Amino acid sequence: MSTMIKMVRSLAAVAALAIATPAVAAGANVEIHPQQWSFSGPFGFYDRGQLQRGFKVYQEVCQACHGLKQVAFRNLAENGGPSFSEDAAKQIASEYTVVDGPDDDGEMFDRPAILADRFPSPFPNVNAARAANGGAYPPDFSLLAKARAAQRGFPWFVFDIFTQYQESGPDYIYSLLTGYEEDPEGIEVPVGQYYNHSFLAGQFISMAPPLSDELVEYTDGSPMTVDQYAKDVSAFMMWAAEPHLEDRKKIGFRVMVFLIVFAGLLYFTKKQLWRNVDH
Amino acid sequence: MAGHSNYVPQSAAAKWLESRLPVISLVRGSFVDFPTPKNLNYWWTFGGILFFVLIAQIITGIVLVMHYTPSTDAAFNSVEHIMRDVNFGWMLRYLHSNGASMFFIAVYIHIFRGLYYGSYKAPREISWILGVIIFLIMMGTAFMGYVLPWGQMSFWGATVITNLFSAIPLVGESIVTWLWGGFAVDNPTLNRFFSLHYLLPFMIFGVVILHVWAFHTTGNNNPTGVQPKTKQDTLPFHPYYTMKDLFAIVVFMILFAYFAFYLPNYMGHPDNYIEADPLVTPAHIVPEWYFLPFYAILRAVPDKLGGVIAMFGSIAVLFILPWLDTSKVRSGAYRPMFKQFFWIFAGVCVALGYLGAMPAEGWYVIFSRIFTVYYFAHFLIILPMLGFLEKPLPLPASISESVLKGGSGKPSGAAAAPETK
Repeated sequence: MSTMIKMVRSLAAVAALAIATPAVAAGANVEIHPQQWSFSGPFGFYDRGQLQRGFKVYQEVCQACHGLKQVAFRNLAENGGPSFSEDAAKQIASEYTVVDGPDDDGEMFDRPAILADRFPSPFPNVNAARAANGGAYPPDFSLLAKARAAQRGFPWFVFDIFTQYQESGPDYIYSLLTGYEEDPEGIEVPVGQYYNHSFLAGQFISMAPPLSDELVEYTDGSPMTVDQYAKDVSAFMMWAAEPHLEDRKKIGFRVMVFLIVFAGLLYFTKKQLWRNVDH
Repeated sequence: MAGHSNYVPQSAAAKWLESRLPVISLVRGSFVDFPTPKNLNYWWTFGGILFFVLIAQIITGIVLVMHYTPSTDAAFNSVEHIMRDVNFGWMLRYLHSNGASMFFIAVYIHIFRGLYYGSYKAPREISWILGVIIFLIMMGTAFMGYVLPWGQMSFWGATVITNLFSAIPLVGESIVTWLWGGFAVDNPTLNRFFSLHYLLPFMIFGVVILHVWAFHTTGNNNPTGVQPKTKQDTLPFHPYYTMKDLFAIVVFMILFAYFAFYLPNYMGHPDNYIEADPLVTPAHIVPEWYFLPFYAILRAVPDKLGGVIAMFGSIAVLFILPWLDTSKVRSGAYRPMFKQFFWIFAGVCVALGYLGAMPAEGWYVIFSRIFTVYYFAHFLIILPMLGFLEKPLPLPASISESVLKGGSGKPSGAAAAPETK
């Protein structure tokens, strides 16, 4: 009997080890704080106000270093996005300068952007961006919300199938933006870097804490806090990375309803057809 | 194939065509009148499901190519152009990228069904071997397709996998240079992968026809593994199996749509949304999930050449499987010992897949090695020995008898009232 108990105990220990190990491998020191997002789940949609606020944070804070090169100004006025009016989007575009040309004399020239243009990047190339930022490249924002994710590890990645968890990108960006800390005791933070407990690539990040309370003026009464800014800009980045998310989920629902009804009808047709066959 | 047709041309036009090219009776004999064992279970619908996924991949792929640009400067942006600007481009791309995963889910179920019911045994060896060839071409196609978006994992995956060939003694380096079309994965590599990614699906289609032709010549296997003896054992393919397969395909489409519409990036890697950069190596280079068991086998062997041989060997062993299994009984349903080893083997394959995703260090490596050894032992030791050690259960005299005796566990009298089934 006691050998039986020993066996069960050792099996339990192996099972616990098997479950615990991936969590360690996923990076025990990266803190991720999952948020409630309006765009999660099968009926998710973007909160227009949030996207507009996030865009404002991007414009006033992030844009100085981070590009948004895949997004066009027309996208700002499209359905399923921040839904600015066309005039507002034109106005926003006209505040940017893009290089066009060559003109009839073969010269390149600057002109105000129009709806068809994409956001101009703050630096002409990666090297220029690195040179201006102490060797660190501020990544383009267009796809960042899909290009970053903390590893989920077993068994979470199994549950994610059923909860439809696809927000690890914005969760990570939010956690990073709110993850700055005073330098902990006993840890030497290199010059020009900052301690961040949510940074995937290590504890030290070259980006100075970009947000502070009251930094960006909100006119809709939303709290002007780091927490809210971080959430809003993460949501905006999710939209920038996945501009057709609302369409996708709406069409997906119709597809699912159709397929399930159709499969039901087919099942009964099949049953009827096979009713006299022993099989 | 045409031999099973009951078709007699009626109209003058049909008679004219049939006497010159008997294509109507060919199709009728293969997919309408074809006598199919009546006891096939739902595991047998994955052939039809695979055919559907292949066609879906080809159609979405052809439309994607209309908007894609195969060049290291433009590929990544052209995929984003598809995702953002092309009407329903996001849907096409998500269907295509998730379609690859669906293809492998279906093909793995299909292969394991064949393993369980002994579908590889005489007289279906050729069909099985053609199936392994399809699987190999599929892997090549999927690998090259993953390179096309030119993200970080595309680039580094291509670099790692093509570099495997450098393990070949003497000519390895030259072969890698030849594969790349240069001295690194670059524009020539992307262009040839694109060309081959477009070509290979049509080759798969061709081999699929041979695969079907082969088992239409021998007749389908079935859950009892007993060959049909009388007409009572079979049903015409249409409408019985067309209907059953169609139902199964639509159920499979629900799974497909669930991923494509709700979890489109679940099976992808975030790093592939970063444009390829030859100067920045990702922290962990991992292949797509469907390659993970083979990746684990590759890394389990401490020697590079040995790892490559083990990885290719893990598929090569499938080619000789029909001659490794010494049991006279086809179906695992009548093989009590085989049945247990089958499930252990399936578990080992899943475990290898998990280990392939983990970093190659510590216990992961040790377990990878144990399971790799077991993988080969299953084919090279266990299966040949089981044929001698195992005492199979008595086989039913015919398919009809097994059905009436009730594989469903019902007493034989219950089948006398078929409408209740």
